[in-house]
Amino acid sequence: MAGTLAEKIWADHVVRSADGEPDVLYIDLHLVHEVTSPQAFDGLRLSGRAVRRPELTLATEDHNVPTTPGPILDPISLTQVETLRRNCAEFGVTIYPMGDREQGIVHVVGPQLGLTQPGMTIVCGDSHTSTHGAFGALAFGIGTSEVEHVLATQTLPLKPFKTMAIEIEGQLPDDVTAKDLILAVIAEIGTGGGQGYVLEYRGSAIRGLSMEARMTICNMSIEAGARAGLIAPDQVTFDYLRDRPHAPTGTDWDDAVAYWSTLRTDDDATFDAVVRIDAATLGPFVTWGTNPGQGAPLGAAVPDPALIPDENEARAAEAALAYMGLAAGTPLRDIAVDTVFVGSCTNGRIEDLRAAAGVIAGRSVAPGVRMLVVPGSARVREEAEAEGLDAVFTAAGAEWRLPGCSMCLAMNPDKLAPQERSASTSNRNFEGRQGKGGRTHLVSPQVAAATAVRGTLSSPADLEPAHEGSK
Amino acid sequence: MDAFTTHTGIGVPLRRSNVDTDQIIPAEFLKRVTRTGFEDGLFAAWRRDDTFVLNDPAYAAGSVLVAGPDFGTGSSREHAVWALMNYGFRVVISSRFADIFRGNSGKQGLLTAMASQDDVELLWKHLENEPGSSVTVDLVSRTITAGDIVAPFEVDDYTRWRLLEGLDDIGLTLRHEGEITAYEKARPRFKPVVVAV
Repeated sequence: MAGTLAEKIWADHVVRSADGEPDVLYIDLHLVHEVTSPQAFDGLRLSGRAVRRPELTLATEDHNVPTTPGPILDPISLTQVETLRRNCAEFGVTIYPMGDREQGIVHVVGPQLGLTQPGMTIVCGDSHTSTHGAFGALAFGIGTSEVEHVLATQTLPLKPFKTMAIEIEGQLPDDVTAKDLILAVIAEIGTGGGQGYVLEYRGSAIRGLSMEARMTICNMSIEAGARAGLIAPDQVTFDYLRDRPHAPTGTDWDDAVAYWSTLRTDDDATFDAVVRIDAATLGPFVTWGTNPGQGAPLGAAVPDPALIPDENEARAAEAALAYMGLAAGTPLRDIAVDTVFVGSCTNGRIEDLRAAAGVIAGRSVAPGVRMLVVPGSARVREEAEAEGLDAVFTAAGAEWRLPGCSMCLAMNPDKLAPQERSASTSNRNFEGRQGKGGRTHLVSPQVAAATAVRGTLSSPADLEPAHEGSK
Repeated sequence: MDAFTTHTGIGVPLRRSNVDTDQIIPAEFLKRVTRTGFEDGLFAAWRRDDTFVLNDPAYAAGSVLVAGPDFGTGSSREHAVWALMNYGFRVVISSRFADIFRGNSGKQGLLTAMASQDDVELLWKHLENEPGSSVTVDLVSRTITAGDIVAPFEVDDYTRWRLLEGLDDIGLTLRHEGEITAYEKARPRFKPVVVAV
C-alpha cells in the first residue's frame, strides 16, 4: 500500500500491534539531558529495573550549564547535573559532561556525531527532538514517564499520528532563511494547527536547503503543535552523514544508503492535510507576541487586536501586547531591543554563526545593546574559532560564550531582566521564557545580527555598508 | 498510579487560551530531582497578580481546572503535570490539549477532559457566578456535571481504560518482552550504537 514517509518509518518500528491498543514502537536512539531524566532514573531504581539498551542511549549536559568559564554556582542546578552524572554511571549510559569536546545541546550533538540517521526513531525528554526529523527520522519529544518507559523497554506505546504535508514550492528570496520560513509556517497554521500530526516538509524550496537549515525547520514543528516534523533524506543528507563518527562504514554504508533511498512518500500516498506556501512570497519574519504563531513580516506593524475576528485570538493578542509593552500600529522595525541572543537548538549551529558573523563583520553592536553568541556545542565553538568567527563577534562588541541552551530558556544565569527586550534566534517567545518579565522577539540569525547593529528590529538590507576591508 | 473513576471538586475558571507549559511551571522551578514539591511553581508568574483566579480564596482549593483552547503547549516538561497534581488538580477541562501534555497527564493520572468550547464557556460563566462551586467529572459515563450543566467530554478509550484500572504503562509493555527481543534480533546492523568518541 502507498504510504507517506512517516508511515513507512512507523511501520518499520512496530514491535507489536493489537486492536484497541496503541502500537508498541521500537526506539533506535534515546537522548537524555539533566532536566527531564532524574525522576525517570529514580523510577527505574524504585522498581528494580535496568536500562535495557544503554548503547542506544546518550546523555549530555545542556539546559543548566553556565556559558561563562567556571563551575555551576547555583546549587540546585549543580544537584541536577550531578544527579545525571551519577545516574549515567550507575546505569551504564554514555555522557558528555561540561568541558567535554562532545558536550553541547542534545539536538546539536546527535546530528554532528552522525548518530541521527534517516529512518530512525529518536526520542528525548525535550520537545525540540523534532529537530532530528531533518534527516528523515521520526523524532519527537516525550515526558519523563515516557523517558522511564524507553529506558526500561527501549519502546513506547503510541497511537499513530495523522500526516500533514507542508509544501513549499518555488525559490526562496535571497534574504529569506529557514527561520523566516518556519515562523511564517507557524503563523499560517497556528500554534495548535499541527496537533496530532507529523508534518512532512516538501517541495523545491525545502530540497534546496542545507542540512542545518532543514534542522531549523524541523526543530520548530512543535511550535505549530506537531510532535514531529520530517524531510525525506536525499543526497544532501547522505553527504552530510558520510564520515561522521557514528555513520556506517564499508558495506554497512552501502546497505544503509540503499535503505535510506527508499525513505520517501510514495507518489500516490495521501496526507490527512496539506498546506501550500509559495516560497517567493516570503520575507524576513519576526514575532510580536507571546506565542510563536504571533508573528509577521518584518516590514509590517504590530497588529490591532480589535481587528482580529476570532475572540480567543483577539483576547490572546491583547494580553500579548500588554505583556510585550507594544502599541498596535507600531512598525516592527521601530521596536528597540536591549539584548540580542544568537544560539539554541534552533539556530546555534555553525551555519547560523557564519550567517550572523557575515552580517556583523566590520560593524558594531549598537550602544546600550548586549549581544550574546552561544554556540550549540563544543564542536561548533571549536569550528567557529578555527574560522575566526569568535574574533568577528568580539570585535563587534558581542560576547562569545561556552555552549549550552543558555538564554533560550534561562535555566542558567543568562536571563533577561523584567521588561528587558530581546531579539532572539531561539524558538519560544512565551511570557517569562528568557527570564521573569522578559520580552522576546523570535528572529533569524541574520535579523539578530542586523538588529544588534541598529538597535531596533532590522534585516541586513537595512544596514549601512560595512566598514571597508573588514567584511 | 491511583485508579480514577469519578472526581468531584471545586472548579477553577481559567479564561486563557494557549496556556503553555512555561506558564504552568516556569523553567526556574524545574531543577528538583523529585516528583513532588512543584506546587510552588504552578502558574508562578500569574500567582504574583492578586487578581489571578487561584489567589481568590473561593477557588484556592480547586481541583478541576477549566481552561481555554490549546492547553499545555510548548515544552515537554512533565513537571507541568506534577505541578498541577501537587497543587491538588485531578482534572483539566479544555477544548483542545497539546499532544505531549495530554500524554504526560495520562501517565500520571491527571484526567484531560476534552469538552466543546461552548460547554467550556458555560462552565466558565457558572463557576464565575458561583465561586467555589463544585464540578463532577465522571470518567465512566464521560460527563461533566456542574449546577444545571451536563456536558459530555472526550478521552481516548485506551487512556480511559488505563485510568479506570490505574495501570502502569511499563508493566503493560513488559508483558510483551518476547516480541521486543524478537524485534531486536531483526534490526539492521547499520543502525548506530553509542560509544564514547
